[in-house]
Amino acid sequence: MAEILTKSRARNIFYGGSLFFVVVFVLLTWQSHNYIVTQSTAGMPLIEAVVHGKHVWERNSCINCHTLHGEGAYFAPELGNVMTRWGVADDPEGAFEILRGWIDSQPSGIEGRRQMPYFELSDEDVRGLAEFLRWADQTDTQGWPPNDAG
Amino acid sequence: MRYQTQRIAYWYFLAALALFAVQVLGGLTIGYIYIQPNFLAEVFPFHIVRMVHTNALIVWLLLGFFGAAYFLVPEESETEVYSSKLAYLQLVILLVGTLGAVIGYGFKVHGGREFLEQPLWVRLGILVAAVIFLFNISMTVLRGKKTAITGVLLMGLWLLSLLWIFAFINPANLSLDKMYWWFVVHLWVEATWELVMAAVLAFILLKLTGVDREVVEKWLYVIVATALFSGILGTGHHFYWIGLPGYWQWVGSIFSTFEVVPFFLMMSFAFVMVWKGRRNHPNKAALLWSLGSSTVAFFGAGVWGFLHTLHGVNFYSHGTQITAAHGHLAFFGAYVAMNLAIITYAMPILRNREPYNQVLNMASFWLMTGGMAFMTFTLTFAGTIQTHMQRVLGEYYMVVQDDLAIFYVMRFGSGVAVVLGALLFIYSQLVVRKSEVIRPGRANPAPETSDPIPGE
Repeated sequence: MAEILTKSRARNIFYGGSLFFVVVFVLLTWQSHNYIVTQSTAGMPLIEAVVHGKHVWERNSCINCHTLHGEGAYFAPELGNVMTRWGVADDPEGAFEILRGWIDSQPSGIEGRRQMPYFELSDEDVRGLAEFLRWADQTDTQGWPPNDAG
Repeated sequence: MRYQTQRIAYWYFLAALALFAVQVLGGLTIGYIYIQPNFLAEVFPFHIVRMVHTNALIVWLLLGFFGAAYFLVPEESETEVYSSKLAYLQLVILLVGTLGAVIGYGFKVHGGREFLEQPLWVRLGILVAAVIFLFNISMTVLRGKKTAITGVLLMGLWLLSLLWIFAFINPANLSLDKMYWWFVVHLWVEATWELVMAAVLAFILLKLTGVDREVVEKWLYVIVATALFSGILGTGHHFYWIGLPGYWQWVGSIFSTFEVVPFFLMMSFAFVMVWKGRRNHPNKAALLWSLGSSTVAFFGAGVWGFLHTLHGVNFYSHGTQITAAHGHLAFFGAYVAMNLAIITYAMPILRNREPYNQVLNMASFWLMTGGMAFMTFTLTFAGTIQTHMQRVLGEYYMVVQDDLAIFYVMRFGSGVAVVLGALLFIYSQLVVRKSEVIRPGRANPAPETSDPIPGE
């Protein structure tokens, strides 16, 4: 490679090629952005409760134990399909009640069992969180996860 | 030390090493919580300690990169750093921000995007520090000599700072949030950081082996070209299951397969340069870290990344301990070890002495690398079993986790080795009790002492 590939040619390939891939990536991102907004997440409107629920999710750093669509800390169960697992994916009231019950019963205090901390959440917070998780559940994630276990 | 302002790097490296200690101790703590789940459950729950573990890692690696830049840019550009005041101001901002963030985490003040949990004022502080850094280091390069090493290093640091903008963009739509989140996370560690890593590696090899600069720099361009050609569209391997179009499964699988290439090239580069080299540099520990870093990066980032990057595999393994295994070895090999390599190389020069304590330093390399390798194996086995039980057989998460207990015990053991190695490394850098320098072996044909290279 010594003669054909000189240092300046290698440099030009690096800059030119990188620019090309950046342009392709930006175009695909733009298309993906539209796809997310108009198709994959369009199954349920992004209402105020969902947005509030996302803030509750973030304020309490749920992602640093759980995973959501497979991303997070792997220390606690996947929550992208938790509403399906609980059988309340299409039942806002049921989702709220079962989540309220779950949050209030933590931590379990059982010796040798992973402990979910107690989070002080108002009814509005829990309702938002339930709606946020229902919203995440209806996202078209290309068939992932493989089963209800998450 | 040829340029007085290189001394700035010393303080960056000290700060980096302090946070390195915090990071591994945090890791050990959460490793222990895995086997004793009630430990600290009320005071410092898992999610808080994990935040400390990951954030300390990111900040210390960045401090190491900044330190490396302040160390090698003056030598490459053959001029003093533009302003040492700005460099120290930047360090103070970063340290105040980090301390503020960590103390805040203790009181449950944090954001909620993984790795970007820092409160807004800290994220803004990081942005200000990055701008100061870019200005300072760019001015240094502009008034001095421009080399391929500084060019690639600066491009990496400029791009990673620009990508930090996405740390402020958090759409209400979760899928959009995730997509733009990867602009920071993936395009840092699998694109721009690789540029920094390759530039630092090229600099160290240039100094240690004495191989002709033209050869080193040509390799450097080829490596970073393959890194960006594969890494940019390789982002697609994170877009499979978060609500993006299905074509990413093909784009991501194909391009991220090629992400092995830059790591293979970096490993080959390191070994070929050492074989070709005609210098007998006294800093053997720095050489061990450079070769070790590029090798472990190839296995951790390259092989372990490829292991679960094809979408047919990832459908089952996504978000299991397989990911954790890959993440740990990749970060250690590529970025932790490369930082420790430049610190090992620079510290004796910065402190104006011979490279002492090399045996301790090399022992710390084997302790840490052995520990990380064992940790990776245990987590890979755990992840394989988890994938089968949970994703194929459909057993519930907590049931599966109970069956993985033995692997978490072994992982904790390997974590102890890593922490001991890390503390030994820090000791070997900071404490010198007696003068000791290793003689070259008889099989080495190069003369025992070589002509000094400018800058040493």
